[in-house]
Parts: sequence; structure tokens; C-alpha cells
Amino acid sequence: MRKSSLFFFYLLINLVLIILMFAHASHQQTVRVASLKEMACIVERFGLTDLCIFTEASYTRNLSQADLHAPFQDGPMSLEHFPSGSLATPPQVIRKIDGKVD
Amino acid sequence: MEKWIERQKHIIDFTLSSLLRRKGKNAALIIVYTLVVFMVASVVFFVQAIKREASLILQDSPDMIIQRMVIGRHDLIPVSHGDRVKSIRGVSAVKARLWGYYYDPVTGANYTLMVSEERRLSAGSIIIGAGVSRARIAFEGDTIEFKAHDGAVIDLEVKSTINSESELVSSDLILVSETDFRRLFGVPAGYATDLAVKVRNPRERPTVALKVAELLPDTRQILRDEILRTYDAVFNWRGGMMLVILSGMLMAFIIFAWDKASGLSSEERREIGILKAVGWETSDVLVMKFWEGMVLSLSSLFSGVLLAYAHVFFTSSFLFEPALKGWAVLYPKFKAVPFIDPFQLAMLCFLVVVPYTVATIIPVWRAATVDPDSVMR
Repeated sequence: MRKSSLFFFYLLINLVLIILMFAHASHQQTVRVASLKEMACIVERFGLTDLCIFTEASYTRNLSQADLHAPFQDGPMSLEHFPSGSLATPPQVIRKIDGKVD
Repeated sequence: MEKWIERQKHIIDFTLSSLLRRKGKNAALIIVYTLVVFMVASVVFFVQAIKREASLILQDSPDMIIQRMVIGRHDLIPVSHGDRVKSIRGVSAVKARLWGYYYDPVTGANYTLMVSEERRLSAGSIIIGAGVSRARIAFEGDTIEFKAHDGAVIDLEVKSTINSESELVSSDLILVSETDFRRLFGVPAGYATDLAVKVRNPRERPTVALKVAELLPDTRQILRDEILRTYDAVFNWRGGMMLVILSGMLMAFIIFAWDKASGLSSEERREIGILKAVGWETSDVLVMKFWEGMVLSLSSLFSGVLLAYAHVFFTSSFLFEPALKGWAVLYPKFKAVPFIDPFQLAMLCFLVVVPYTVATIIPVWRAATVDPDSVMR
């Protein structure tokens, strides 16, 4: 078989795999609707406000409910030390104020 | 048309033979390129999935939360404030929420304790999330010890565990009765953690929030839209570590493309010289190099994307877990729902295939336009 034919065959296999990937994603979205609905139901019934992703600190556990912070409000050397703190961005309002100053 | 296709196939045959002559170098190139695509695609898939899940799951969270602020901190709110809020036109219900954090010295984990009116738990019994059950190796019928605010030890019996399918919202959750909650934390009767407000018309929420701020100046109002926006902001491309990962990948890719663009190896130059000497046009050389770029970048794109999909949606993003977990003892076991769309694939394709192909074409064009005799010497 010619090398170019082999290459096109390889591309075809990859395209089929990509199509299968989208098909799997679509199937999973349908299958997992029930669990998403169950979670939405728990959120509504218990009045929850946040996802349970970062449980290491109270202000990262309930990101939307955390106290409003100003940088270094607790002390001049109070640098963020929780790893998940580096994932959470400062509130939109602070960024807007910074934008004007800059 | 048939002639054109046949010509392209011959050029591809030649290109593949040329690539196979430098097997080691090109294999290394494909591995690095695949890794770059894999990391970028993993971040894109994971972030999109979490953002979509957050927006779907939290769409029924309370319309508005009212927190009382004392000395710049969230403090207990008198339940009587709820009656004043209820008097505002447009407010249909106000519910006092009782919840708090409990640090468990046995496991070193933080739990979220909450009173659920709906479950109507009797004093002495609790319902625990799957994460708590795992951390404490506690199941239905077992008892868990809690240390109350006054030092007293309280034993609470596990009535049931919350379905592990919902770990993303309930992994660290412990539902307790109101009596036990107040006993544990010393919260006096008539006080709650915050108030959850239901507003009849969604468009009136900002107006109601303003009225609450006027009525209760020592409070802070958090609207549902703000809750939903929080997750958009956290997993925004500018957000903390996402930016670090993406910029690292981008820098790697720039170095990689720049290395390609800065010049060809003497062997490649000699090859171009020979091809020109045997009668190849500059355009033929450019087409050959275009196919070379396509072979390398398409192979890397497809394998990188497929590996990233498997990483995020089959292995629960195990490479990202240490970063997400941080110092947390309790981490929810969850498999993200694959919310992917062709736009993401098109974006990845545009980000990696186009710059690489363009970066390889320019030095080739420069080499292909010089005299073959001088290139071969």
C-alpha cells in the first residue's frame, strides 16, 4: 500500500475516533442528566450555594459566600498560602478598581 | 482534478519517506507537540465541563442570600430580620439557614454542617455525604463523635449517607437537626447563619437587594447571578493557575515554533537544493513542506485531543487532582460530564495547527528561492 494511502487511512481512523468522542460526550450528557438533576434537586432542597471542590479552607469551600477581602487585610505578611487560593480569582469589583488605577 | 489529487498523493508519498528518514527527530517532535496539545486540551475540556456543570447544578440555588457583617466578617443574623425582609414587595419567602464549618481533628478534614428543614432529622441523628463517610469510615448505624463549643463530646448516629453520585455538591456535607446544631456551635435561639430569600420576579432581584441594603445596612446581599458568575470567574482563562498552565503551554509552543521558524537543518537545506536541481519548482517544495507540517500537526492534534478527553472524562483529571485538592483531606470523587463542542476543537486546531504550519512554510520559502547550487555546497 502507498504511504499516502496509509496516511489517509490513519487520518480517517482519527476522524472516526473524534466522531466517536463527540458521540460518547453526547451520550454521557443524556445518561448523566439524571445525576445532574439530582444534584440540582439537592441544591434546591438544602439551599446550597456552592460546589464542593475546594474543601481545604472555609473561604474556598463556599466561594460565593466568603467574606469580602482586601489584599493583606489581615497583616502585611499574610500571603495566600492555600493552593486552591491560587485558582480562585479576586472578585470582579476589585479587578475593575485595579483597572482604573493601572 | 484526478491529476491534481494524484500529484498531491505523490508529494505526500515523498514527504512521508523524507520524514521517515529522520525518524528519531520527528518522533520526538510529535511527542512534544502531542504533550502540548494534550495539556491545553485537558484544561479547555475540564474548565468547560466544570463551568457548565456549575451553571446547571446551581441554577436552583437561593435567589438571594443575606449575610450580616460585623467588624468586616460574616456574623450570625437575627431571625427577626427575616420578617422585615418579608415586608418588602416582591419577596415571596425568607428562610433562615443554619450552617457552619466543623474541623474534625481525627481526620484533619473540614466538614460543612447544615440543618435541613426538609429532612426533619430527630436529635442525635445525622445524614452524611460520601466524602465524610469515606474519611471517617462511617456508614448507616455508626456513630460519629463531635466536640461541641463548650468542650462536651456529642455522639451522633449516621441515619443514612447521601448518594455518591452527587458528591460534587454534597461530599463534605453533614445534615444535623436544629437542636444538635445549636448545641454543637452554641448558636443562640433566634439567630441563624444567614437568610435565603425567594423573590417572585427574577428581574426584581437587584431592586429587592437594594431595598434590603437600605433596610438592613449591616448586611451583605449575594444574588444567584453572582453565585453563578463566581464559577465563571474562578475557571475563567485569566483565573490563577489556568493562566499559569496556559501561558506555560503557550511559551513552550512559541519556543517550539520559533525553533522551527528560525532555520532549517543543513540536511533539510541540502534536500531542498537537490529537489530544485532535479527540476522541482519552488511551489512544489512549498507544497511538500505544507504536507510535512500537516502530517506532524494533525497527528499531534488528534492524539493530543483524544488523550486529553480520556484524561479528563475517564480518569477524572488525575493530573490536575493534586492542584485542585491542595491541602484538603476530603476531596469529592466526581467524573465531569463531557460538555464538549466542535467549537473547542476548532479553537484548538486554530491555536496549534495554523501557527505551526505557517512557522514551517516561511523558512522553507526562503531556502527554496535561493540558488540550488549554493544550497548544496
